[in-house]
Amino acid sequence: MGFTVLYLSLIIIIPLAALFIKAAGLGPAEWWEILTSRRVLAAAKLTFGASAAAATVSMIFGLLVTWVLVRYEFPGRRILDAMVDLPFALPTAVAGITLTQMYAPNGWIGQHLEKVGVQAAYNPIGVFIALTFIGFPFVVRTLQPVMEDLGKEIEEAAATLGAGRWTVFRRVLLPMFVPALVTGFALAFARAIGEYGSVIFISGNLPFKTEILPLLIVAQLEQFKYEAAAVIAAGMLIVSFLMLLIINLLQRRLDWQHR
Amino acid sequence: MSISIRSINKTFGAYKALEDVSLEVPDGSLTALLGPSGSGKTTLLRIVAGLEFADDGPGKILFHGQDVGGVPAGKRGVGFVFQHYALFRHMTVAENIAFGLSVLPGKDKPGKKEIADRVKELLGLVKLEGLEKRRPHELSGGQRQRVALARALAIRPKVLLLDEPFGALDAQVRKDLRRWLRQFHDEIGLTTLFVTHDQEEALELSDEVVVMRNARVEQVGEPQEVYDRPRSPFVYEFLGNVNKLKESEGKARYLRPHEIEVVFAAEFDPRTDVMGKVLHLFSAGPVATLSLKLSDGQFVEVELSRKALDEMALDKGDEVAVRLTEG
Repeated sequence: MGFTVLYLSLIIIIPLAALFIKAAGLGPAEWWEILTSRRVLAAAKLTFGASAAAATVSMIFGLLVTWVLVRYEFPGRRILDAMVDLPFALPTAVAGITLTQMYAPNGWIGQHLEKVGVQAAYNPIGVFIALTFIGFPFVVRTLQPVMEDLGKEIEEAAATLGAGRWTVFRRVLLPMFVPALVTGFALAFARAIGEYGSVIFISGNLPFKTEILPLLIVAQLEQFKYEAAAVIAAGMLIVSFLMLLIINLLQRRLDWQHR
Repeated sequence: MSISIRSINKTFGAYKALEDVSLEVPDGSLTALLGPSGSGKTTLLRIVAGLEFADDGPGKILFHGQDVGGVPAGKRGVGFVFQHYALFRHMTVAENIAFGLSVLPGKDKPGKKEIADRVKELLGLVKLEGLEKRRPHELSGGQRQRVALARALAIRPKVLLLDEPFGALDAQVRKDLRRWLRQFHDEIGLTTLFVTHDQEEALELSDEVVVMRNARVEQVGEPQEVYDRPRSPFVYEFLGNVNKLKESEGKARYLRPHEIEVVFAAEFDPRTDVMGKVLHLFSAGPVATLSLKLSDGQFVEVELSRKALDEMALDKGDEVAVRLTEG
């Protein structure tokens, strides 16, 4: 107990408290001014919006990929399974540069997108792509044990009771996956909000357009505006905390084991 | 509804799970598929259910004379109870039981009230009144088993199939549930086929026992019949304790422990008896078990009543005459 408190204090509480103390160097009026400035609001909208969108897409594709990994036996399955973790291991800057290369107007994928009138890199879409890339493993890894645990009997039971495949998925399988899916979403979302390395290359960092909050904080630091950086960070922290709290409460409600 | 299984073959890759299996399950009977693991009994049950399909060929599965070979599991009208129950964890007991009714297509789907009434009726039938709102993880093993049974019965199946229904329960609950299931079957009279590897369970519970071995049916008959007149050494050995006595020319003789008599050495009769020495005796309960070493070096196990043992006042090391009367 004592150890836990000490650990939590050193690792989490003290640094966060220091952040707020730093931010308290400015008065409420200045706080308000910084947090409602057009540039901060635009960055916040992009950060939270792209993170939510990326986490949602990660959730859907994570569900499909996990299903295939767990249910199907095919050559290269183990390699694919190991590859899911790569976004965890890869330095985010490497991921960012690679993605930028691919999605830039002259890149492998970018040139084809260009033809259909979509510019991915240096656009909010690029931010979204990078965040999907890093968020995806969270969904797969939270869902995988749940699916592996399930076994075929549950589906067979539903089938003998007359349920068609779609009904089995919608009424039996999906509800069992929902708690894990929401957890995966929360993790991917939280990670995406704080993501820096992989985004800054592909986004192009245009103020009001493709600038994310973590970059804005770094920009403030580079100009030695420490208090302003702390204020933005504190604001971001509060919003993130509230969102994760809501997701957590929602998850508790959905989780049949806690009802 | 009767079930006819005709020349069914099933292979998984190179592995033969069922080889030319035929079987008649009469309407309203309670039939046990008994055999060691790997004998094909579960595969056979799953083929009857439509969860597995027999190899192409002349094999047929008939329900009441009607070929159901191409009918999917959900349309066969079978109630299937899985070994580990396979309850839907996120649903309440009532929702689990109602599932089969709630997935019926629009026109056949009963109204809310009708479903609720049916759930109530089934809960009464399996003696789980008042547990509607519980979730599977809040129930004991025996209760889960009965929820699974109620869920299978909700769709008014024509046959009931149970895969190792008592396999995951502890000894006492097992005995109680076994008795309860027998009574239950007698009340509702549904044709029931169940898989077990426990000979005692099969003999005690069923009207008919199907002994399976190595993908084939070894013997079919009433419990008494297969116990008393086993058709092969395998059946003899599989259905309870048996003494295998070697005789001349590589022949063996099988005697159940209760078929052997023990008398005082003074009453030795050379025509029927062999001398033996008591190695061990165990007498907790109404039946005592003796381990004996015969004069020809073979070992036998004998069961006799506690009373008989007390009258003879036997002890370890005593010499007795062993009367091999039966057979």
